[in-house]
Amino acid sequence: MRRRPIFLATLTWAYVVWSLVPVLIAIQFSFNDGKSRSTWQGFSTQWYFGGSGSVAEDPSLRLALYNSLILAVLTTLVATPLGVAMALGLARWKGRTSRAANGLMLLPLATPEIVMGSALYLVFTNLYLFIPLGLPAQVLGHVTFSVSYVVVIVRSRLASIGGDYEDAARDLGCNRVQALRLILLPLLAPAVFAGAMIVFASSMDDFVISAFLSPDASSATVPIKLYTAVRNAPSPALNALATLLLVGSAVALVLAWLVLRRRTGTKALEEMASF
Amino acid sequence: MTRGGRTGLWAALAAPGTLWILALFAVPFYAVAAVAFGYTDPVFNAPIPEWDPRYWDFTAFGQILRESISGDLRPVFLRTLIYVLVALAVCVLVGYPVAYYLARHAGRRRGLLLALILAPWWVNYITRMLAWLNLLQDDGYVNDLLLLTRLVDEPVRWLSGNPVTVVLALVYGYIPFFIVPLFSSLDRIDERLLEAARDLGCSGRRAFWHITLPLSRSGLMTAGAITALPMFGDYYTNTLVSGSPTTTMVANQIEFYLLGGSRKELGASLVLLMSALLMVLMAYYLVASRRAEEVGA
Repeated sequence: MRRRPIFLATLTWAYVVWSLVPVLIAIQFSFNDGKSRSTWQGFSTQWYFGGSGSVAEDPSLRLALYNSLILAVLTTLVATPLGVAMALGLARWKGRTSRAANGLMLLPLATPEIVMGSALYLVFTNLYLFIPLGLPAQVLGHVTFSVSYVVVIVRSRLASIGGDYEDAARDLGCNRVQALRLILLPLLAPAVFAGAMIVFASSMDDFVISAFLSPDASSATVPIKLYTAVRNAPSPALNALATLLLVGSAVALVLAWLVLRRRTGTKALEEMASF
Repeated sequence: MTRGGRTGLWAALAAPGTLWILALFAVPFYAVAAVAFGYTDPVFNAPIPEWDPRYWDFTAFGQILRESISGDLRPVFLRTLIYVLVALAVCVLVGYPVAYYLARHAGRRRGLLLALILAPWWVNYITRMLAWLNLLQDDGYVNDLLLLTRLVDEPVRWLSGNPVTVVLALVYGYIPFFIVPLFSSLDRIDERLLEAARDLGCSGRRAFWHITLPLSRSGLMTAGAITALPMFGDYYTNTLVSGSPTTTMVANQIEFYLLGGSRKELGASLVLLMSALLMVLMAYYLVASRRAEEVGA
């Protein structure tokens, strides 16, 4: 009979409280009926819409929300097909070049963001001068760090599908492209969708790459706006903006989780944990 | 179908992504070197990158190296190292028991607990810092609580250059990335090994020291590497919770050179120096984790 580890249990639940309660309090203060971020003055939605300085009324906050959304949508649209094609190619293409491409694909995952941000900033200001800083450079930068996510997710699904379905399709007279389109892609659909949602969420969440590639306030995303305003012009409207960002990425991730779960059962959480 | 044609389709599928990463990951790295080893326009004081390695000029890099060894950057490097090491130690002290409990004792609450532990992972980092900025104000909840319990007599000034706040903010920011890989390594440990140890008369404590801890060594190292790498490259936590030059870290210095001032060649040199140091760290991690896996097997 094993003793119940009271100490461990207490520590673990204390950790969970410590890690989540500050965020919950921040959300609570986005509904504060007053300017304070430390004294609760009653419930109100004035920092979301209606009040002056609310997310809906303040042009700079509205712009940040719009910029974040556009950036995340464009990044998802480019990174997903690029990553799916790369995953398919790398899984089946054998040879020395393929091994090199495989290693190259993993490098962005192991590079600190400031290094990648600096490198992208310097290449856009010194070499790729035809791509202006701001949204275009930000999209290119975000695709670069998120393509690897799609590759990793789709490849792990490819590995679990195996080659049998494709071989069967080929035996039944499909050519290679037909087998890919009719058999493999439908089987991959949930992984592709989950990958796209994870790209969307990580693009919305990114701060460093966006910040290095943002020349002025016109391309500020939500995290950049929070970062610059929180010390200079703090207001519960920032909490409201942060809450909206949270809702955006939460929706994307819950969708990803639901789709993965239907395919792989309860293991989906642990699978998502491996990223 | 010929072998060439067969490879062709797959290579063609992999090509766009590979080219993308070459053009927007490998080439940018070269651009850092070109700026770091380039020249400065004497009139406009703007950097002129040098793309041809034969003409590289190492003045700026030499200056950064000298300052890092014996000049102004030395305390910045030391401070960064100390902050990261202390933050990692706290991550181990808090994160190991949590990961261990989750892997071994959580029982039917396991799914819920895992979801709760994963949740901060997907809350925006800046939002999580903003949450603490609210709490740590002079009249915030933390000081209210400390004053109420009479742990302090006057409000603690958390947010103006307090190194304790910076280290704790780093811990808060990165500990989820520490717990999750550690959890999955602890979770893989074969339960039967521990039962065998118990049957052979091992106490729980001895079984932990002789079985669980050695078997989780590689997980511990992976977790440490995953956490330390972004901590070394972090500048925003520091700016948000301190904003004071007394807590400047290496990445703050990089941001200052590249985005704040006109000394981009110094910033690029510092990026190269930091990347080189982190690569040494990664190489050590790869060698050590391979060794740990051999011990585990």
